[in-house]
Amino acid sequence: MAGIVGYGAYIPRHRIKVEEIAKVWGADAPSYKKGLMLEEKSVPSPDQDTITMSVEASKRAIKRAGIDPREIGAVYVGSESHPYAVKPSGTVVAEALGATPDCHTADFEFACKAGTEGMFVALNLVKAGAVKYGLAVGADTSQGAPGDALEYSASAGAAAYLFGNDDLLAEEVATCAFMTDTPDFWRREYQYYPRHGGRFTGDPAYFKHIIGAAEDILSKTGLKPPDFAYAVFHQPNGKFPFRVGEMLGFSKKQIETGWLVNKLGNTYSGSSPLGLTAILDAAKPADLILMVSYGSGAGSDAFIWRVTPRIEEVRSLAPRTRDLLDGDKVYLEYGAYAKFRRKIRKAE
Amino acid sequence: MRDVAVIGVGMAKWGELWEKSLRSVFVESALLALEDAGVDRIDSMVVGCMSSGLFVGQEHLGSLLSDYLGRAPVPAARVESACASGGLALRQGFLEVASGMADIVLVGGVEKMTDVTGCEATYALGTAADQEYEGFHGLTFPALYAMMAVAHMHAYGTTREQLAMVAVKNHDNGSKNPLAQFPVKISVEAVLNSVLVADPLRILDCSPITDGAAAVILCPAEMAGKFKTPGVRIAGTGQATDTIALSSRKDLCWLESTRVAAKKALAMAGRKVEDMHFFEVHDCFTIAEIMVMEALGLVPKGAGGKAVAEGLTRLDGKFPVNPSGGLKAKGHPVGATGVAQAVEAVKQLRGEAGPRQVKGARRGLTQNMGGTGGSSVVHVFEAM
Repeated sequence: MAGIVGYGAYIPRHRIKVEEIAKVWGADAPSYKKGLMLEEKSVPSPDQDTITMSVEASKRAIKRAGIDPREIGAVYVGSESHPYAVKPSGTVVAEALGATPDCHTADFEFACKAGTEGMFVALNLVKAGAVKYGLAVGADTSQGAPGDALEYSASAGAAAYLFGNDDLLAEEVATCAFMTDTPDFWRREYQYYPRHGGRFTGDPAYFKHIIGAAEDILSKTGLKPPDFAYAVFHQPNGKFPFRVGEMLGFSKKQIETGWLVNKLGNTYSGSSPLGLTAILDAAKPADLILMVSYGSGAGSDAFIWRVTPRIEEVRSLAPRTRDLLDGDKVYLEYGAYAKFRRKIRKAE
Repeated sequence: MRDVAVIGVGMAKWGELWEKSLRSVFVESALLALEDAGVDRIDSMVVGCMSSGLFVGQEHLGSLLSDYLGRAPVPAARVESACASGGLALRQGFLEVASGMADIVLVGGVEKMTDVTGCEATYALGTAADQEYEGFHGLTFPALYAMMAVAHMHAYGTTREQLAMVAVKNHDNGSKNPLAQFPVKISVEAVLNSVLVADPLRILDCSPITDGAAAVILCPAEMAGKFKTPGVRIAGTGQATDTIALSSRKDLCWLESTRVAAKKALAMAGRKVEDMHFFEVHDCFTIAEIMVMEALGLVPKGAGGKAVAEGLTRLDGKFPVNPSGGLKAKGHPVGATGVAQAVEAVKQLRGEAGPRQVKGARRGLTQNMGGTGGSSVVHVFEAM
């Protein structure tokens, strides 16, 4: 039986409020707060990127797993904001963790679902017996063009998962993937900011794929929404995960434990993986968890996890996600935020 | 001149039709109209479309659409008068039949607006304003209608709530129209709390961006009895122009082109405005419907807001306005709107409007408008 042996979260401490962004652009803050259920988002510091956040989250996952990093046979980093266009993030992460050189690494990119792609592959390599432990990270310092609706949500964070066959804190019940060619959101080479298809990102993109993957995995396992203690869906804004949950038959109560987006923003590749860390922080043994990611382009990965008694032993070995989200925050004004996010052009 | 009748109408569901192209959206509604009329030939086609070039990069629509409808080599013309393109297409089709140039004419309207971003759509629509005096200075249609609303509120005491009541009424009607883009009821409170677009207009004061088409089949009235559906006579047609630039108008609160077009159409029909049993008008923004009511003479100048609040224009009121849901709820694929108004008029006069049927309707008026009233087209329909 394969599953999760360790998990870790990382969220930068800087935040910016929706009102602060709306003030600069003359936009209607209440409509973002009410319409998209967003209040504030995390902002990476100037010296933070996908690699540094991946290392932070992975160290916490290793701590909870209590394993020797040299036994990690695969390191996968999923992100749409890899610091280098050419040169992997994974090598730096693996080196920093002490997992090199007997290790396979790859960077994944699939808009907001690159993190769960890495999870899908690492978990299946472990199941196949190709590696003893596999590490997958979803991390992003996501970009939204100044003034674009995305600027209110694009945030930063990372979640890391270690997969193995023994000492599981959550076992895999099922996985599946659902994808089509649907161009709802993209960034071409040399473009700084992504573009999106506005309302097209809703029904034919986010909802179609999450529902497709969720229905597949439910019919495959014969499980029904009431069987689950928790569900976590990709969180591009506050409203979508509740709406898709409602469409599938999940209650607000099942979703809200992993629902971080109102205070965190959309961490893209880190979004549903970070939500899962918050659920594992709270879950009881034998709880079933449904997780469905979404990546534009477009596709969803679905996972069903069953929590084991070991969760009680390892949970407190690293910081809990809600504590990272709620504690020790530093609020930025737009000027500092623009500098941190390199939105200001300086002389060469 | 021959009398002209509508013997078939067609309209498929409107909305964000991402899975369909302009040509398929058009052909779908045109086939419905041909089927409704039960005709096996057409002599000519006229298509209203405002800006397929900017919306989907496609011009030369007459030939494209006659080809895809399987009707080439019939003559086909594309007609443009901004958001009144559909109404003008109907008038051109009417003239072809009335003059004897053609017997069976298909009049269609189409717009595919959601293949571009909101900004690009706003730009495309903005080309209906005066580029030199308005567009270059940053004015968009929401901004122009917002100025008209502010002027109307200032001059006549029209209130924010009265504007909202136009949207609420049209959504009430639209909730009974399964082909509408937004067949849902809304409340005054929802309008007042919706996102601000251009003060005082909020998003629920504005008609949406829509993909859609509509089509009607015309023939000489004397032939109408040969077809399977009860014919509806186009008793009057009127068209008028005005300055495109709002700043050149004598009065920001008055739609002179609508007044003149309506006067001509009613005179041709030998009717008065109060003889009409319903009205399909161009409520691109809530303030527009109030100003159109005044220009048509349904109420005295400045009294439109109050009349809406008193229920004059509700489905069960004295003068039902926009039983279809109007542009607000039904959607506003700009080139199709004027033709869709005719589709609704015909359905009402045939008694086929279902839960939104105006009881005993025998005569109705449609008013389609370009820009801020730079053009207006009015038609009067009568049951035969």
